[in-house]
Amino acid sequence: MKNEFVTVDGNEAAARVAFAINEVIAIYPITPASPMGEFSDAWAAAGRPNVFGLVPDVIEMQSEGGAAGAVHGALQGGALTTTFTASQGLLLMIPNMFKIAGELTPAVIHVAARTVATHALSIFGDHSDVMAVRSTGFAMLAASTVQEAHDFALISQTASLRSRIPFLHFFDGFRTSHEINKIHPLSDDDIRSQLDRELIHQHRSRALDPDRPVLRGTAQNPDVFFQAREAANTFYDQVPVNLQSEFDKFAARTGRKYQAFDYIGAADADRIIVAMGSGCGAIEEAVEHLNSQGARVGLVNVRLYRPFHIDNFLSAIPKTVNRIAVLDRTKEPGATGEPLYQDVITAVAESWSASHGPNLPLVIGGRYGLSSKEFTPAMVAAVFGELASEQPKRHFTVGIYDDVTGLSIPWDDDEFHEPDDVIRAVFYGLGSDGTVGANKNSVKIVGENTSLHAQGYFVYDSKKAGAVTVSHLRFSPRPIRSTYLIREANFVACHQFEFLRRMDVLSIAKPGATLLINSPFDADTVWNELTEDVQKQIIEKQLTVYVVDAVKIAREAGMGGRINTVMQTCFFKLANVLPTDEAIEQIKKAIEKTYSKRGRAIVERNYAAVDMSLAGLQKVTVPSEVTSPLKRLPAVSADATDFVQRVTGMIIGGLGDKLPVSALPIDGTFPTGTARYEKRNIALDIPIWDSNICIECGLCALVCPHAAIRTKQFDRQCLADAPAEFPVRISKDGSTGLTIQVAPEDCTGCGVCVDVCPAKSKEAVKHKAINMEPKVDHLEREKSRFEFFINLPEVDRASVKTETVKGSQLLLPLFEYSGACAGCGETPYLKLMTQLFGDRAIVANATGCSSIYGGNLPTTPWSKNADGRGTAWANSLFEDNAEFGLGIRLALDSRRDEAERLLKSLAADVGDALVTEILNADQRSEEGLAAQRSRIADLKAKLATIGTDAANELSQLVDILLRRSMWIVGGDGWAYDIGYGGLDHVLASGRDVNILVLDTGVYSNTGGQASKATPRAATAKFAANGRESHRKDLGMMAVAYGNVYVAQIAMGSNPAQTVRAFHEAESYPGPSLILAYSHCIAHGIDMSTSMTHQKDIVRSGLWPLYRFDPRKAHAGDHPFHLDSRKPDLRFRDVAMKEARFAMLTRSNPEQANRLFDLAQKDINDTWHLYEQMAGVDRDIADVM
Amino acid sequence: MTIDLTTKYLGLELANPLVPSSNPLTGKLDSLKRLEDAGAAAVVLPSLFEEQIEHEEIEIARLYDYQSDSFAESMGYFPEMDTYNTGPEKYLELVADAKKQLGIPVIASLNGTSKGGWVRYAQEIQQAGADALELNIYVVPTDVLETSRDVEAGYCELIQAVRQETTIPIAVKMGPFFSSLPNLADQFSRAGADGLVLFNRYLEPDIDLENLCFSPELLLSRPDELRRTLRWIAILRDQVFISLAATSGIHTTEDALKALLVGADVTMMASALLQRGPAVIKLILSEMTTWLEERGYTSVRQMQGSMSRLRAAEPEKLERSNYMQALTSFTFQEKW
Repeated sequence: MKNEFVTVDGNEAAARVAFAINEVIAIYPITPASPMGEFSDAWAAAGRPNVFGLVPDVIEMQSEGGAAGAVHGALQGGALTTTFTASQGLLLMIPNMFKIAGELTPAVIHVAARTVATHALSIFGDHSDVMAVRSTGFAMLAASTVQEAHDFALISQTASLRSRIPFLHFFDGFRTSHEINKIHPLSDDDIRSQLDRELIHQHRSRALDPDRPVLRGTAQNPDVFFQAREAANTFYDQVPVNLQSEFDKFAARTGRKYQAFDYIGAADADRIIVAMGSGCGAIEEAVEHLNSQGARVGLVNVRLYRPFHIDNFLSAIPKTVNRIAVLDRTKEPGATGEPLYQDVITAVAESWSASHGPNLPLVIGGRYGLSSKEFTPAMVAAVFGELASEQPKRHFTVGIYDDVTGLSIPWDDDEFHEPDDVIRAVFYGLGSDGTVGANKNSVKIVGENTSLHAQGYFVYDSKKAGAVTVSHLRFSPRPIRSTYLIREANFVACHQFEFLRRMDVLSIAKPGATLLINSPFDADTVWNELTEDVQKQIIEKQLTVYVVDAVKIAREAGMGGRINTVMQTCFFKLANVLPTDEAIEQIKKAIEKTYSKRGRAIVERNYAAVDMSLAGLQKVTVPSEVTSPLKRLPAVSADATDFVQRVTGMIIGGLGDKLPVSALPIDGTFPTGTARYEKRNIALDIPIWDSNICIECGLCALVCPHAAIRTKQFDRQCLADAPAEFPVRISKDGSTGLTIQVAPEDCTGCGVCVDVCPAKSKEAVKHKAINMEPKVDHLEREKSRFEFFINLPEVDRASVKTETVKGSQLLLPLFEYSGACAGCGETPYLKLMTQLFGDRAIVANATGCSSIYGGNLPTTPWSKNADGRGTAWANSLFEDNAEFGLGIRLALDSRRDEAERLLKSLAADVGDALVTEILNADQRSEEGLAAQRSRIADLKAKLATIGTDAANELSQLVDILLRRSMWIVGGDGWAYDIGYGGLDHVLASGRDVNILVLDTGVYSNTGGQASKATPRAATAKFAANGRESHRKDLGMMAVAYGNVYVAQIAMGSNPAQTVRAFHEAESYPGPSLILAYSHCIAHGIDMSTSMTHQKDIVRSGLWPLYRFDPRKAHAGDHPFHLDSRKPDLRFRDVAMKEARFAMLTRSNPEQANRLFDLAQKDINDTWHLYEQMAGVDRDIADVM
Repeated sequence: MTIDLTTKYLGLELANPLVPSSNPLTGKLDSLKRLEDAGAAAVVLPSLFEEQIEHEEIEIARLYDYQSDSFAESMGYFPEMDTYNTGPEKYLELVADAKKQLGIPVIASLNGTSKGGWVRYAQEIQQAGADALELNIYVVPTDVLETSRDVEAGYCELIQAVRQETTIPIAVKMGPFFSSLPNLADQFSRAGADGLVLFNRYLEPDIDLENLCFSPELLLSRPDELRRTLRWIAILRDQVFISLAATSGIHTTEDALKALLVGADVTMMASALLQRGPAVIKLILSEMTTWLEERGYTSVRQMQGSMSRLRAAEPEKLERSNYMQALTSFTFQEKW
C-alpha cells in the first residue's frame, strides 16, 4: 500500500488493516459486515500476504457462534486472530467474548454496528448490538469516519496487545461501513511500525503448548471465583493509558491525532453534546455552524466507550459547560436512560464537582438514528435548542415525530444549509442500469485524481427485482463529514424516465440546480411528457434541464440497458467537478481499471459509450407555464385498505420518514395481502396467452415466481360480463371455462413461463401457448382482463384433483407478487405450498431471502382468500427457525388438545354425534377439510346457545379443530449451517412439522457466500477457489432417523413429483423435510431458462430426486423411492452452463479439472448409494 | 530406394504431405507431441474465435453487473477473481508453447468477426511465433439483398487487411459454395493469400423432432466428402499458383494419394485422427511409401498434380456434375 489517497468504504478500510495484521480470520456472512469477510477471503484466495509475510488463514464457520469459538481457540493457540460481524451475529459471540476477555486475550472484533431485531429485523445501523455486549469485558473503540475505521482497526489491535484487553472496534453499519470516502491509507510500514513485536511474542508465549503446559478455563467455586474475577482490574485501569500511548505513537507517524474523548467546538462552550459514531459528523458541522452564528457549543466525541474513563471524559469538557445532551443511537426500554447517558450521569455525579466545581450541569438524554434513521445538522441544532430551553426534556428523541408519548423534539430543516462550494449530486437509478457502480467510480475518479474530497453513499429499496437506487455524491475542497443524505442537491439525475411519473424526484433539487434526465424524448418534445408536479418544480426552482437518450446510445455502443457510462459522462460535463476533457480521460482510465481484467470487448464498448454521450446531450428550453395534464401515479391502487392507504402507501411513496409514531403498529404486527396494492410495473415484456394452442397443463402458473400468471376454472355462466374477447377454453361438455391470465402490472417479465410452455403452434414453432410480448401493446387490455379474471369465483377446492400439477394450479395462490428476483427459484415452491395448504398454514421463516421478499416492508406477498383465511407468517431469527416453528407446533397441539378436552366435556350439550364426527374427522383431503369446516360452524352455532364457561372457552378455541399445517421455511444457510443443530433436534422430535428448505446451495440474501450445501467445484464468496468438499447430504442425514419423511425435489425437472412430495410431507403425521432445488441468480445462469435447466441438473446426478416415506416401510414397501433416472449427462457439461462452475475453469483451470473430477466421483458414488437405498427394507417402530 | 516424401506448403518445407488440421488433438500440448511423434509434417491449431472471446468477455461483464449494487445486503453475487483469462492469451500461449515444444511448423488458425479483430489477433498470433496463419473465414448470408459480389469483396478485404499487417504466410480455409470458385480463388490469391485450404466444413444444424428445435452438432467427415475437394483442386491447380491443401474426407492412404494426384500440396486430416488416433499418420506414411515404391515414383512431388485438370486424361469428367449416368462414347472422339 502506497501512501497516497484512496477512496474506499468503511468495510474495506477496516478489512485492509485487519487482514494485514492477523494470522487467522474466522468469518460468517452478516449484513452489513459481510464485505469485510469477503475482502479477506478474496485476498487470501489470491495469496496476498499480511505484513508478516504470511497469507492469513481465512475460514468460514457455520455461524457467528462458531466463528467466535474458532477465534477463542485460535487465540489460545497463539495466533493473531480476528473476526467481523454485526447485530445478531455479535450477540451469538457473547459467551465467547466473556471468555476471551476473562482470559485477558488480546484480539479485535470488527463490527459494522447494526440494529438488533426486536419488533422487526433491520439491516441498518445503530448501536443496539454493540451496547448489548458492553458487559462482556471487551474494550470498545468507536470509529466515526471511514478514515477512523481504517486507523482504529490498527490502533485497537496494538492497544489490545499492549493492554491484554480484547477490543471491539465498531463503526456505524451502512453510514460508515458502506460510505465511500477519501482516506489516507496506511502502508505496510506504517502498520509494522505501530506493531510491537515483543507484545506479539508475549501473546504467543501465553499460547497452549505441551512444551510448557498450563490449564485454562477451570471451574471455580464460591471460595475463589470472585477474587479471581477482580484480579483483572488493573488491566482495565491501564487501557486508557495504553490506548493513548498507541494514539500518540500513531499521531507521531501519520499526523492524525486521536484521544479517548475528543472535544470539538467552542473552548468556552456552555452547551455540549456527547455522542459516539458517525453521527458526530453531523454534530461537528452543526457545532461549527452554530458557533459561527455566535453560539458557544461543542461536542465530545466518545471513542473509547469501554472502559469508560471518567477523568478522561470530564477533562475533555470545557469548564464553562453547564448543559449536556447525551445522544444514544440505541434504545433500552425501561432503563433510566440509554447506556451512554447513564455513563455520563454517573461520571458527572461521581466527579464533576472535583473537576468542574460545585454546580452540576443539567444532563439530558436523547435517542436518535435507530436503524440508520437520518440524523442531520438541523436535528443537532434542535438538540442544542432543546438544551437551551427553559425546561429541556430530560429524555427525548430526535429525527421522528412521536405523537404518542410526546418525546420527540421538532427540528427545522431550514436551520442548516450545506456550503455552496460543496457539489452535491443525487442520482435516481435502477439496480440493473449500473448507476451505483458508475457513481462509485466517479467518487474514485475525483477522490484519487484531484485535490477534492469525495463521498458516496447509496440508498437501495428492499426489492430484488427492479430495485430503485439513489446515489448521494459530494465533492468538496474540504474533508467531508456530512454523515447524512443530501437534502439540497445542485445536480439531480434521473436515470429512468418513468421515475418522474411515479416518484418525487425533484423535491431534493436546490433552486437553480441542474437536472439531467435519461429520456426517450428529445429536448423539443420532453416537456409535454412531464407530469404537472415535475413541470411546476422545474419552473419554480428554475432548474436547468438537460436530456440525453442514454438507452439509445448505450444500445448503439453495445451496452444493452447499462446506461451508466453515458450518464456518468454527461454528469461530468454538466457538474463542473473536473474539466470535461480531463473527466473523460479519467472515466476511460476507470473503465480500463474496472473492466480490463474481464477483457477488451467490454472496455471498448464503454469507451464507445463515453465518446458518443456528449453529442446526445441536449438542453431543454423550459417554458414559463405548467401545461401538463399528467398527474403523478398514486403509490397504491385506489382499492387499497385504509391502513395500506395511510401507512403502506406512504412507505411505498418514499415518505415513510414522515409517518408519526401513532401510525405504526405497536408490536410489529402487519396485515397480509398487501403486495397486490403495490403495482410495480417493472416488466418490459409480459406473457400473452393464446388459448387456441394451450393444452391446459398448468406449468406456466406452477413455475411463475410471482403468481403473476394464473389459471382459473369457472362456470361458463360467469362469462356473461366478460370484457370483449376475453380468452377462454370451454370444457368439452360446455359447462366450464378455463383461462390463463397474466397480472400485467405485477409480472416481472422473467419469461420462465414461456420457456416451460410445452405447447407450440403447428404452423410456426416459435409461437407457443404463451408468448412474451411488449407490455405497452397489451397493458390496458390485460389490466381489464385481469380485473375481470381476479373477480371470477374461485374453484370449489373439493372438486379439484389437487395432487396433479394442473389441479394444483387451479387453486388460489396465497403468496403473490413478492419482491424476489425475476425468475426466482424459491418462490414457486412457496406459492405451491400456499395453493395446497395456505388457507390453514402457519409459516416460521428463517431470516434470508425468503424473509426479505416475504416480510420486508412496505408490503408482503403472503395473502388471504376471499374468506379472509391465509397463511400466518413470522420470522424469529436466522439461527433458531426450526425451534421457533416447533414451538408454534407445540402451541397448536396444546390449543387443539384443550379444544378437544372441552369438546368432550361438552358432549352432552353439543351432541355425541357431532363431537365424535369432529374428533374423528378425516382431514386429509379437501373434501374432508370442507366437511370439518362445516362441522365447526355448526359447533360454533351450538356453543353460542349453550352459554356455559366451558362453551364460551371452547368457542374461543374451536377453529383449531380444523387441522393446521405447520411449515418451517428457510434457505440452506439456515438448514445446513447456522440452524442445523436446531433443525436436527426438530427432526428428532417426531412432531408434525413440515420443513421446506429452499436450497440454492449458497447464502443468497447476503450475496452468495458458500454454505455446506454448496456443491464441490462451485465458486462462491468465501470459496473463490472453488468449494473443496462434497455438499452435505442433509436428506440422507434425515433419512437416517427412519421416522422422518424426506423428499428431494426439483420443480423444473419433475413438477409432478414436486406436487406429490408436498402432499405426502404435509399429510405425514411426523416431521417432514423437503429439500427443494432452487436456482438462484448467484448460480450465474440465464434465469429465463432456469426451470428447464433443472432437468439437466437432475440428469447430471447433481440433484437426484427421491422420496423417503416411513409410511411405506410400515406398509411393507421400500420406503426410499428414487424418482429420477440414472445420471446420463456428464457433470462437467452441465456445470459449464453455470457461471459459478465455469468461472473456476477460467480463473484456475487446473483446480477446476481436479474438482470437476472429484465432483463427478461424488455424483457416481451418491447415485450408487441411492440405488442401494432404493432396495433397502426398513421396519420403523415409530411410525403408526 | 527411398521415396522423397517432402513437400512445400505456404513456403514451408515439410517432411511429408500429412498435416493434422484444426481439431481437439491440436489444442493440447501432449497430443500435439503425439502427432509430431507419429510423423505429422506440420500442425494446424484449433481456431481462435473472436466471437467467442467477445461473447465470453461480455457474458462475464454482464454476470458481474447483473443485480450488483442493487440491494443493500449484497453488492454482488460472485467473488472477484484474480484473472478471468478471457482474452486471446490462452490461445497465444498455446501457439508459443507449441512452437517451443515441437520441431515441426505450427500453423495457427483464426476466425474473426470484426476487421479490427482479424488484424489484431493475426498480429498477436504472429508475435506468438506461429509459422503460418490459417484464416477460417465464413459468412452465412441470409439476406436477399446481399449479392455474391458483396460477400466476395468482404472476404478479399479481410485477407488484404491481414496481409498488410502481418508477414507470416496466410492460408484461407474456404467453403465450396461459390458461383465461381476459380475466380474467387484467384481473387484470394491476389488479395494476398499464400494458400487455400479446401474445404471448410460448417456446423450445420439438425432438428430435434421431440422438441422441434435445431440441434447443432458437428459431425465427423465421411470419406465420400473427398470427391468435392478432388474436383476443385484439380481445376484450380493449373490456374492458381499458391499452395493448396486438401481437407474434408481424407481418412485413408488412398484418400491422401488421390488428393496429391489432383495437385494438393498437403493433405489434412482430423476425423481420422480423432477416430483412429495419431498413429494413423505413421500407417498412412508407410502405406503411401509402399504405393509410390510399387509404382516406381521417386517422390511425392513427382505425382503431385499429375491428375490436375490439364494433366488428367479425361478432364471433362471434372466438369460434369449432373448426368444420371456416365456418358459412354461409341465412337472416336472428334475434336470440334
